[in-house]
Amino acid sequence: MSENNSIGIVAPKTASFSEPLVLKSGAVLTQFDLVYETYGTLNADKSNAVLICHALSGTHHVAGKYSEQDKYPGWWDNLIGPNKPLDTKKFFVIGVNNLGGCHGSSGPVSTNPATGKPWGSAFPIVTVEDWVNSQARLLDYLGITQLAAVIGGSLGGMQALQWTIAYPDRVRHALVIASAPNLTAQNMAFNEVARQAIITDPEFHGGDYYEHGVVPRRGLRIARMLGHITYLSDDAMGEKFGRKLKDNIKYSFDVEFEMESYLRYQGDKFAGEFDANTYLRMTRALDYYDPALAFGGDLSKTLSQTKAKFLVLSFTSDWRFSPARSREIVKALLDNESTVSYAEVTAAHGHDAFLMPDAHYHAILRTYLSNIEVGGNHAE
Amino acid sequence: MQNNVNITKNVAQYRQDFAIIANWVKFGSKVLDLGCGDGELLQFLHSALETKGYGVEKNDANLLACIANGTNVIQMDLEDGLSGFEDQSFNTVILSQTLQAMHNTEEIVLEMLRVGKEIIVTFPNFGYWRNRMQITAGRMPVSKALPYQWYDTPNVHLCTINDFDEFCHHHNIEILERRVITDGKEVNFMPNLLGSLAMYRLKSK
Repeated sequence: MSENNSIGIVAPKTASFSEPLVLKSGAVLTQFDLVYETYGTLNADKSNAVLICHALSGTHHVAGKYSEQDKYPGWWDNLIGPNKPLDTKKFFVIGVNNLGGCHGSSGPVSTNPATGKPWGSAFPIVTVEDWVNSQARLLDYLGITQLAAVIGGSLGGMQALQWTIAYPDRVRHALVIASAPNLTAQNMAFNEVARQAIITDPEFHGGDYYEHGVVPRRGLRIARMLGHITYLSDDAMGEKFGRKLKDNIKYSFDVEFEMESYLRYQGDKFAGEFDANTYLRMTRALDYYDPALAFGGDLSKTLSQTKAKFLVLSFTSDWRFSPARSREIVKALLDNESTVSYAEVTAAHGHDAFLMPDAHYHAILRTYLSNIEVGGNHAE
Repeated sequence: MQNNVNITKNVAQYRQDFAIIANWVKFGSKVLDLGCGDGELLQFLHSALETKGYGVEKNDANLLACIANGTNVIQMDLEDGLSGFEDQSFNTVILSQTLQAMHNTEEIVLEMLRVGKEIIVTFPNFGYWRNRMQITAGRMPVSKALPYQWYDTPNVHLCTINDFDEFCHHHNIEILERRVITDGKEVNFMPNLLGSLAMYRLKSK
């Protein structure tokens, strides 16, 4: 069904901001661009806007295709479209590429207005808080005071959570999926290995590889391979590949097992289309996010000013953002007597499950979203 | 693995069950319903008493039903305790006709007393005469209140009213009130023999 309900052909737009944005680090972006896409129609009282926050490697291209010839639609196309769980006949959906990204928003690959050259290593470190602040600017630009909902998985879920903390009056519902209130040491450790793979690539050149006409492809490839291992569960990998051989054993270091073929394919594909500097920044944003830090580590206090209604979701086999981490968010919300529901979806696919069209998972999202009231005559 | 503990409830008894619980819950109070099913009891309490409530439910279909009707529902397994809930953070914690299907029976009651200022526990009375008759006839009881065969029942810790009274005494639990009903009517005479459903309002001594 979902394949037949595509939003169709979409096109990205760019919003340029000339008012400086002070980042959490203290650095200032004097001007910046955000590239975004929208699906559906903003209603008269602008009460039906839903913001999709992307994860590590996501983009503003969330649904639809750029042309009929496109092989793949946007990264969450199975969720978004007419009659899909996030129904574009009801909602006005916004996808945005985060600052520091490599798909059109200001980031290391874009031009530094001060030099006329790519930012490269000079592009500041951005945080989840900075992203949410910049997304709020985009809402201002679109004339949207309050979101019907903010939705994100993984790092996107952190942004959804941050929305409720930073802008309690601007978000009615937050869907925080396969996320966490901060990363564990183990989770950060994976990020560090990924970054080291990139930074120690001889073609990294301190992040200014653009001017050398090279990219640290090997590092980025290894970083992505590592990521893919952690996004799948042991069971899912076992089921998908097991010990299946590509061919007969050759007693070599070439691809022997199907699993190796998959990882190399994913690594190569990613290294060909993603920017290493962006990858470094995205993983750092993950590491740094810890909203409770300013409240002495007390997440309940951190969330005490939120006003949104929450749907928190986790997946049983997700060990990178385990259900226990989602339950920490739920506990803090319960402590505040917030309106919250929590679903722990039985799924075999590990962290990747949040992007998959599991029937029960999508039924939960569809049901929750269909209950969100929009339109001028409905008071929330 | 989903352990489906939906108990088929006699409609008349069910309503009586609700009515008694509603009498025990204070207006505007904060209620936690363990094994909340599709959230019907919470909806009922909210509409009657403007309670603020959360349900705990393990079953996927029930969870979805709760989300559909706007009940706050937390998906978790009661067998793991109530670690996500703070001490004394609810006015009332309810366990309605689920006690008998719990493995960690003792633990859940103690957890309820930790989280709730008062708790409500209801269960099918195994001492009900119809059950005794079936046992006397040499068969495990099967009835409206206990609709399962011995080999497919989720009920692993069936008890009588006398057993539960003793349990409370032994665990220093104060019985604030006990009501016993059969087919929707209150039973005051020989409740452990004539009562089908036992309902307790309890707190820690």
